[in-house]
Amino acid sequence: MTVRGEMSLEQPAADTLKVVLSGDWKLSGAVPGADTIQQRLQTSPGVRSLVIDAREIASWDSGLLTFLVNLRKLCSQQNLILKSDTLPQGAQRLLELAAAVPEKKDARQAGARVAFLAYLGDETVYFFHSAGELLTFIGNAVIAFQRLLRGKAQFRRADLGLIMQAVSAQALPIVSLICFLVGLILAFIGAIQLQLFGAQIYVADLVGIAMVRLMAAIMTGIVMAGRTGGAFAAQLGTMQVNQEIDALQTLGISPMEFLVLPRMLALAVMMPLLCLYANLMGILGGMVVGVGMLNLSFIAYFNETAKAVGLMNLGIGLFSGFVFGIIVALAGCMRGMQCGRSASAVGDAATSAVVTAIVGIIVSTEIITVICNFLGI
Amino acid sequence: MNMTKKEAHISVRDLTMAYGDFVLMHDLTFDINRGDIFIIMGGSGCGKSTMMAILVGLKDPAKGKVFYGEVDFWGSDAETRDRIIRRAGVMYQSGALWSSMTLAENVALPLETYTDLTPGQIREVVGLKLALVGLAGFEEFYPAEISGGMQKRAGIARAMAMDPEILFFDEPSAGLDPVSARRLDDLILELNESLGTTMVVVTHELASIFAIGTNSVFLDVSQRTMTATGNPKQLLADTQDPTLRLFLTRGEKS
Repeated sequence: MTVRGEMSLEQPAADTLKVVLSGDWKLSGAVPGADTIQQRLQTSPGVRSLVIDAREIASWDSGLLTFLVNLRKLCSQQNLILKSDTLPQGAQRLLELAAAVPEKKDARQAGARVAFLAYLGDETVYFFHSAGELLTFIGNAVIAFQRLLRGKAQFRRADLGLIMQAVSAQALPIVSLICFLVGLILAFIGAIQLQLFGAQIYVADLVGIAMVRLMAAIMTGIVMAGRTGGAFAAQLGTMQVNQEIDALQTLGISPMEFLVLPRMLALAVMMPLLCLYANLMGILGGMVVGVGMLNLSFIAYFNETAKAVGLMNLGIGLFSGFVFGIIVALAGCMRGMQCGRSASAVGDAATSAVVTAIVGIIVSTEIITVICNFLGI
Repeated sequence: MNMTKKEAHISVRDLTMAYGDFVLMHDLTFDINRGDIFIIMGGSGCGKSTMMAILVGLKDPAKGKVFYGEVDFWGSDAETRDRIIRRAGVMYQSGALWSSMTLAENVALPLETYTDLTPGQIREVVGLKLALVGLAGFEEFYPAEISGGMQKRAGIARAMAMDPEILFFDEPSAGLDPVSARRLDDLILELNESLGTTMVVVTHELASIFAIGTNSVFLDVSQRTMTATGNPKQLLADTQDPTLRLFLTRGEKS
C-alpha cells in the first residue's frame, strides 16, 4: 500500500519556514514540487531559514532527491539557510555526492537562438566550405588515378574484383526490373498518342531513342545511387567510426587509393556495361507493348528500332553511364570519408550520398544534353 | 639497466593542441627517449588521445613542433611524414582492424605493401606475429568473430607487423578484464625488453602506469597544460602537486 508523498508548510517563527514531508516520495507517484515553497517565500519575505522535517517519510527514491536538489538551488538563490538533519541518511549522502563536483558552467551546450542573418551567414560560409571540400576530394581522386596510371597505386586487386561484382552482377535484377518497366511505360505513353495517327510503328523509335540515349543511363544511375552510393557511404563511414581509416593512414596507405580508387574504377567500368544491358531491357519492355498491344510484328519492331537508334545515340548513352558511375562513386566515397564518429553520422552520410548522387546525375544529364544540342548530335 | 646515454626519440616542443578556437592543452614540452615505455596520462577529456593523434600524424598541432630524432615532423612535407610514421605502429582503442579482412589479411597488408616478401614468407611472419599476441590459429577469423580483448591483441599484432621502432597504444587495457589487461601489460614489457621498441602508451589505468611506465607526462585538465614528466613511480614519491598526487593515488587522501 503506497501513500502519496505529501508536503505541508508551517511557520513556527517569522524567519523560519518548516517543510513537513510525509508518505512515499517516489518518482512513480506524483510528488509536490518546490514551486509551492517558492510561492510561499514570496508571500512571506521575512523567512531566513528553511527546516525540512522528513521524519514522516515512508519510502523515497530519486523523486525526493530531485525535489531536494531544487530546494537547495532555491535556497542558494535567495540566501536561505537549509536545515535537513532529519532526512534519511542515504538521501543526505547522495545529495552530498551530487554536489561534490561543481557544475561546469561553460560545458552545457547552449541551445542558443541564432539570429536569422547570422544563420544565413553560417550556412553560406558552410556552403562554400563544402564546395571547397568537394573540389579537394575530386583533386585527390585525380591524383590517385594518376598514381594508378603510373602503377604506383596501393590497393588490393581482390577488393576491386569484389566491388566490381557487387556493382554489376548483383545489380542486374533490380536494373532489369526498373528498365523493363520504364520501357513499358514509355511505350504505353507513346502508343496512346501515336495510335491517333495510325503511326504505332514509331513507338519503336520513341522507346529505342529515349532508352538508349538517355533513360537507361539515368534510371541505372539512380538505381545505383540508391543501391551502391549509399552502401559506399555507409561502408566508409563505419570504417571512419571504427578508426579503420586512421589505421590505414598511420600505415602510410592512402585511403584515397586503397578505398576510393577501386570503388570509382569499378563503377566507371561497370556502369556503361550496365547501361548497355539496361538498353536491351528497355527495348524489350517497349517491344512487349508493341507486339502484344499494338499488333506490330516482332520483325517490324526490331527493324524499326535498329533503323532509329544510331551508334551516336548509343555512344551518348554509354558516355552518360560512365559519367554517372563516377558521380555515384564520388558522392558515396566523399560522404563516407567525411563521416563523423557516431552511428547517426553514418546514416546521415548514406542519405547525403544518395541525394548528392541523384542531384549530380540530373545536373550532368542537363549539361550533356545541352552540349549535344549545341554540337547538333 | 641501459647504460648508454638517453637519446630522445620523439621531442615535443611548446605544443598547443586545439579544436578550432578551443585550446585543449598548451605549452607541452617533453622528450620520449629511445627504449622508453612512455605513458601519456591524465583525466578523461584532457587530450591524451588528441596528443597521440598529433604524434602519429592524424591531426596537426595548433602551435609548436614535434621532432622525430632531428626531423621536424609537422614541418616536413606529407611524404616525409609518411616515411617517418611507417616506422611506427599504432594500436587503436578499439583495435580498428579492417573489418572486411581476416586477421591474417589485416596483419599481412603492411607487409604486402612495403616489403618484397613472397606470399609464403608473409604467411610465416603473420603466423609469428599472431602467435606472439596469443592468437595462433585465428588467422582466418574476421574481426567481428572474436572478442574485444582479442581484437585489441590482433591490433597489436598488426601494429608490430613491420617491426616498428615505436609502438603507440591508445588505452590498451580499457574494457579488458584484469587478467587480460595484465597479460597485455606483460606483452608490452616483453616487446620493449626483447626488441628495444620505444612504447608510447595513452592510458589512465593506474595499475598499468606503475607496472610498465618508465617515463611519463601528466596532462592536467584543470590547468590545460602538462604539470609533470618523469618516471611515474618517482613522480608519486616526489610530487607536491595535489592534482597529480590525487591522480596517482586514485583520489585517496595521503
